Amino acid sequence: MPGLKELSKRQELMSPGHRACAGCLPMTAMRQILLTAGPDTVCGCATGCVEVVTTIFPYTAWRTPFIHNAFENSAATISGVEAAYRSLRKQGRIDRDMRFIAFGGDGGTYDIGLQSLSGAMERGHRMLYVCYDNEAYMNTGIQRSGGTPRGTQTSTTPVGKVVPGKTQYAKALTEIMIAHNIPYVAQATPGFPKDLSDKVEKALATDGPSFMNVLAPCPRGWRYEMEESMEISRLAVDTCFWPLFEVESGKVRVTRKPKEKIPVVEWLKKQGRFRHLFKDENRHIIDEIQREVDRNWEWLLKREELSGS
Amino acid sequence: MKGEDGVGKRVIMTGNDAGAEAMRQINPDVVAAFPITPQTELMHKFAEFVADGNVKAEFVLVESEHSAMSATVGAAAAGARAMTATSACGLALMWEILYVAAGTRLPIVMPVVNRALSAPINIHCDHSDTMGARDSGWIQIFSENAQEVYDNLLQAMRIAEHPDVLLPAMVTFDGFIISHTAEVLDVLDDAAARKWVGDYTPRNPLLDCANPITFGPLDLQDYYFEHKRQQVEAMSHVARVIREVGRAYGELSGRAYDLLEPYSLDGADLVIVALGSSCGTAKVVVDELRKQGRRVGLLKVRAFRPFPYDEVAAALRSAKAVAVLDRSVSFGGAGGPLNIEVRSALCGTDARPGLVNYLYGLGGRDLSMEHVRTVYADLETVAAKGTPKDSVRFLGLRE
Repeated sequence: MPGLKELSKRQELMSPGHRACAGCLPMTAMRQILLTAGPDTVCGCATGCVEVVTTIFPYTAWRTPFIHNAFENSAATISGVEAAYRSLRKQGRIDRDMRFIAFGGDGGTYDIGLQSLSGAMERGHRMLYVCYDNEAYMNTGIQRSGGTPRGTQTSTTPVGKVVPGKTQYAKALTEIMIAHNIPYVAQATPGFPKDLSDKVEKALATDGPSFMNVLAPCPRGWRYEMEESMEISRLAVDTCFWPLFEVESGKVRVTRKPKEKIPVVEWLKKQGRFRHLFKDENRHIIDEIQREVDRNWEWLLKREELSGS
Repeated sequence: MKGEDGVGKRVIMTGNDAGAEAMRQINPDVVAAFPITPQTELMHKFAEFVADGNVKAEFVLVESEHSAMSATVGAAAAGARAMTATSACGLALMWEILYVAAGTRLPIVMPVVNRALSAPINIHCDHSDTMGARDSGWIQIFSENAQEVYDNLLQAMRIAEHPDVLLPAMVTFDGFIISHTAEVLDVLDDAAARKWVGDYTPRNPLLDCANPITFGPLDLQDYYFEHKRQQVEAMSHVARVIREVGRAYGELSGRAYDLLEPYSLDGADLVIVALGSSCGTAKVVVDELRKQGRRVGLLKVRAFRPFPYDEVAAALRSAKAVAVLDRSVSFGGAGGPLNIEVRSALCGTDARPGLVNYLYGLGGRDLSMEHVRTVYADLETVAAKGTPKDSVRFLGLRE
């Protein structure tokens, strides 16, 4: 596995000058992933922030081959690209090894693209799917998605007199992908770049489908100052809101166990999207979120133990 | 048995089998498939070719038609010759990506086995599926019988991949009426068919890592319009290419094709304009009535997109009365889509035949020879009295 020092010497495959907001961690994730993956990587992306900010014609920030098709079909599109590669390779019309990555935001993955993703993973294409999860439809103006956490204020779950933000918990997407019994599934976040890079390396070395869910904080949607992105990314992990783990051929391994498990309230209070939870009448929601975090974390540790890691 | 030209053989096949046979000979690099009646048997047959190692295609068995078209777009962008096939609701589910395929200028060829759209659900033939896609930027070629399914697919590859075109093409044929009916047809031998289709050299393939390019960028107010103009330009070359390819195919197979097929139009006063398998039925009636000395004819429209406006106007120049048969409805429009196009074709010309439109055959309702005779009988009145007030009529409907 390449170290960060080595990665920093590699050619940048995401060029500067794209139009992402300052502090955008989805773009940091892209940069880290592409540095690891290298130039013989073909990428696709669902419609969304990353696609929009990197490809405004006549410019492109992608120094690798890139395809955007539509919102809900990043996985199906890359599955077709990978099938073409296999066909042309077999015929001797391509002679180099290539890797394939499909990207999608949480909207394009948890929601509208879930069927396309599920199908591509079931079919066994040798491709990595990366969900850059910024926990809402940021590109269209911060609407709630199936990946938005309980209690979040979004444009479609505004905090009103009777509704305190999103009332549902986020869908357990990573668990859904584990249930596909694919060879490699992982969670990561750019605040732990070595962990993320190692997982990308493993995923791309997998002879089959792999999936990574990458928590990617968004200063505009989450309502915090742009310089706090990395801290918020790390705090999500150390509160166990976003555990770092991988499932390799069914074997669960937690890749970071915080020395001190920080209460989730410390993560929530840094973000304007949760501000209303600190009113007396909503405090019980924070308690409920903490209980949910605890329950998921304990279950994850239990599964790691059961799988003999 | 050898065909007349000595480069093929005579076989019995259903329309679906003829489509699969053409796909076997085209031998694409990637085929994506999702089942929908009545397209199913085409892909069953192709799956057998895959299972027996008779084709080289990577066969991608997707979880929906949306993914079928998405994967086909991905494969075509990658630089592969890529195909899929569908019907009805499957085509409707592809809708969004049909536009992506055309806008990305990918020469995908797709058999579409025509079937009615829901609701109510119905698995039988009409043209509502492909008619809805008529503005998607795809070339649309209709087939009268299994022979044409086969011939049109082989020609469509050459048309779509022509450097002046680079647009996707759908070859349509009527569900069950053609797809499930066994007919005698002539097919080329494999070597002749493969030579005809030729090798495909993609322009700017995605899989060229040494020269990375971006497909599907965000294209805003400052460029989108110019790109659409280029698409209009590409489509404007298609009619010429269809004719060139149709002539060359005639030299190879003995079966030449054009944008239209005029049938007994010389001296015809009363003309039916139609698409697809109904043209076969109408031809029999035309022969019968001609023997009785009646001046009747048929104009079969083969290319619906691009629509051959000038050629249709020229073909109808001396007709006294014209009946357009539509197997789908443009709700709130002027009858059916074919009628709208024929009226447009005559607009701005001196030809003013009496014009009547028949909506028929929806949901697989049979068009009988008696129905066609009724239309020609009606046209006698239209020729005498001009376009009637009830110019949009229903044929074969219980009311």
